[in-house]
Amino acid sequence: MTPENNLTGQDTAPRHIEHFVADLEETPLQATDKVKEDSAPSSLWGEAWKNLRKQPLFIISAIMILAVVVVSLFPGLFSQIDPTSEACQLSNSDGGPASGHPLGFTQQGCDVYARVIFGTRSSVTVGLFTTIGVVLFGGIIGALAGYYGGWADAVLARLTDIFFALPLILGAIVMMQLPVFRANRTVWTLVLILIVFGWPQIARITRGAVIEVRNADFVVAARSLGVSKFRSLLRHVLPNSLAPIIVVATISLGTFIVAESTLSFLGIGLPPSVMSWGNDIQAAQASLRSNPMPLLYPAIALSITVLSFIMLGDALRDALDPKARKR
Amino acid sequence: MATYILKRFLQLIPVFLGATLLVYFLVFSLPGDPIAALFGDKPVNEAVAAKLRAQYNLDQPFIVQYLLYLKSIFTFDLGQDFSGRPIAAVLGEVFPVTARLAVMALIFEAVFGIAFGLVAGLRKGKLFDGTVLIASLIVIGIPIFVLGFILQFFIGVQLGWAKPTVSAAATVQDLILPAIVLGLASFAYVLRLTRTSVIENMNADYVRTATAKGLSRFRVINVHILRNSLIPVVTFLGADLGTLMGGAIVTEGIFNVPGVGNRLYRAVLSGEGPTVVSIVTVLVLIYCLSNLLVDLLYAWLDPRIRYDS
Repeated sequence: MTPENNLTGQDTAPRHIEHFVADLEETPLQATDKVKEDSAPSSLWGEAWKNLRKQPLFIISAIMILAVVVVSLFPGLFSQIDPTSEACQLSNSDGGPASGHPLGFTQQGCDVYARVIFGTRSSVTVGLFTTIGVVLFGGIIGALAGYYGGWADAVLARLTDIFFALPLILGAIVMMQLPVFRANRTVWTLVLILIVFGWPQIARITRGAVIEVRNADFVVAARSLGVSKFRSLLRHVLPNSLAPIIVVATISLGTFIVAESTLSFLGIGLPPSVMSWGNDIQAAQASLRSNPMPLLYPAIALSITVLSFIMLGDALRDALDPKARKR
Repeated sequence: MATYILKRFLQLIPVFLGATLLVYFLVFSLPGDPIAALFGDKPVNEAVAAKLRAQYNLDQPFIVQYLLYLKSIFTFDLGQDFSGRPIAAVLGEVFPVTARLAVMALIFEAVFGIAFGLVAGLRKGKLFDGTVLIASLIVIGIPIFVLGFILQFFIGVQLGWAKPTVSAAATVQDLILPAIVLGLASFAYVLRLTRTSVIENMNADYVRTATAKGLSRFRVINVHILRNSLIPVVTFLGADLGTLMGGAIVTEGIFNVPGVGNRLYRAVLSGEGPTVVSIVTVLVLIYCLSNLLVDLLYAWLDPRIRYDS
């Protein structure tokens, strides 16, 4: 069988083929055959979702986060006991578990289980809204710096460096001691302050991601088709640099929850009247040696919540970074 | 290399100036009079207030205040804290303690993080690797003050293996437990970083070459895999020194370590603006310098960095 016969006998085929050409049957094209041409092309997110569904880390963390969110939205469903200090009976001080009070009592005689349940909301609110604010603010700064480059980048990147030099907790401590904030200690002041010192990380990540994408062929194509610079940033660059931002934002959410409870624990976060895990841990600190349980339970709740966000971020990173997955 | 060092150093200056300006602005210029706040609920004594304002140059325009403050930093004439002691002397007392604590934490996280990370990376996918990965996630997830209390309670109080609180002298022996608590989160990061880096390098061509030419496994791991894997780890450790110094506030509070964090915290609670600003400034300076050190270290370890840009 000559090579000529092999090529379906067309005249356009070269007469003299010097190289050996394998028969079609000898080159199994399984990889290309498997591609279904009639189905939609798989996207990064579709692939990620397929990958995530199989990951136990993702499933566990997603279920835990869902549970925490439900508890923070409807704490009344999980505990009917009034956990505020007015309703606490001093006669129950440091009491152990009793019927209806599975986790015992604090030094003030409050029900530990109810306080843990009702304290969820402060942590979740601070974590969630700080993350939203940080992603919006840091994202805008980082995207502008990375996309426009030049002097805008020089100024914005330097600004990011300046805020980066002040660690989150340190900056928040300095700000919380200012008379103006000390007088209005609410969840929202805390959110504001954590945004002020939390945005640089997201800004850096966004900047890096945008720089990576801004010269991609599809962006150049959009620009040469006449799409305006700003519009191509919104429609083409940003959607394609979202993956690393989402990963870092998820992990940061855990960090912000820790920051809130750390500040409350230090006595300069939420005021004692607001129920929060940080406040409860601080209050239980004095009787740690005689009755460690009121400290342990909010600490466990806090750790599990933070852990689930960090685990989710870890799972997302694996799913959204195909390079890392292959290894 | 000299140009590189100079460039890095020059980039540091706006960051330092910006960060100190920011802190100074926050403490002294936002609404709310820090001097009036010192009087608490008592009526403000105008004569004392005026004297204090003059002492901290608060009667000057803001930018003059800031420049005078910068001058005072570089001449180590930081004024006095509220008990009348020179702030410079207070800093000289607390900084060595925190530096000792931070360096001990750094040694702990470096030694154990690299060792565990290397073994986990070499046995990727095995039981040890999985266990270590999950354990490190848990350590990262638990807030430092929770870890501190748990270790203080179980190791310090229940088991009595270490002293639950630190004596005034803060000796190395006293600081072992606080240093472990302070370094635990970073330990988990170092471990994960080393592991990822080792896994990446294990598949590198030069490692295959080294194995192919008959080097012993020990030598391949030690000289070819580990050394190359340490580049990102070393940079992390360098940057972490500054973070540890600033982040010691919670650990020092739990274990009653007489260090920077403790002093800063007391200054914050009593509203001692000048002390707060001085301590934060020194911390920012340490952070900037340790970052500079990291950049230089990185350029030295990996010459490709220097010739970029």
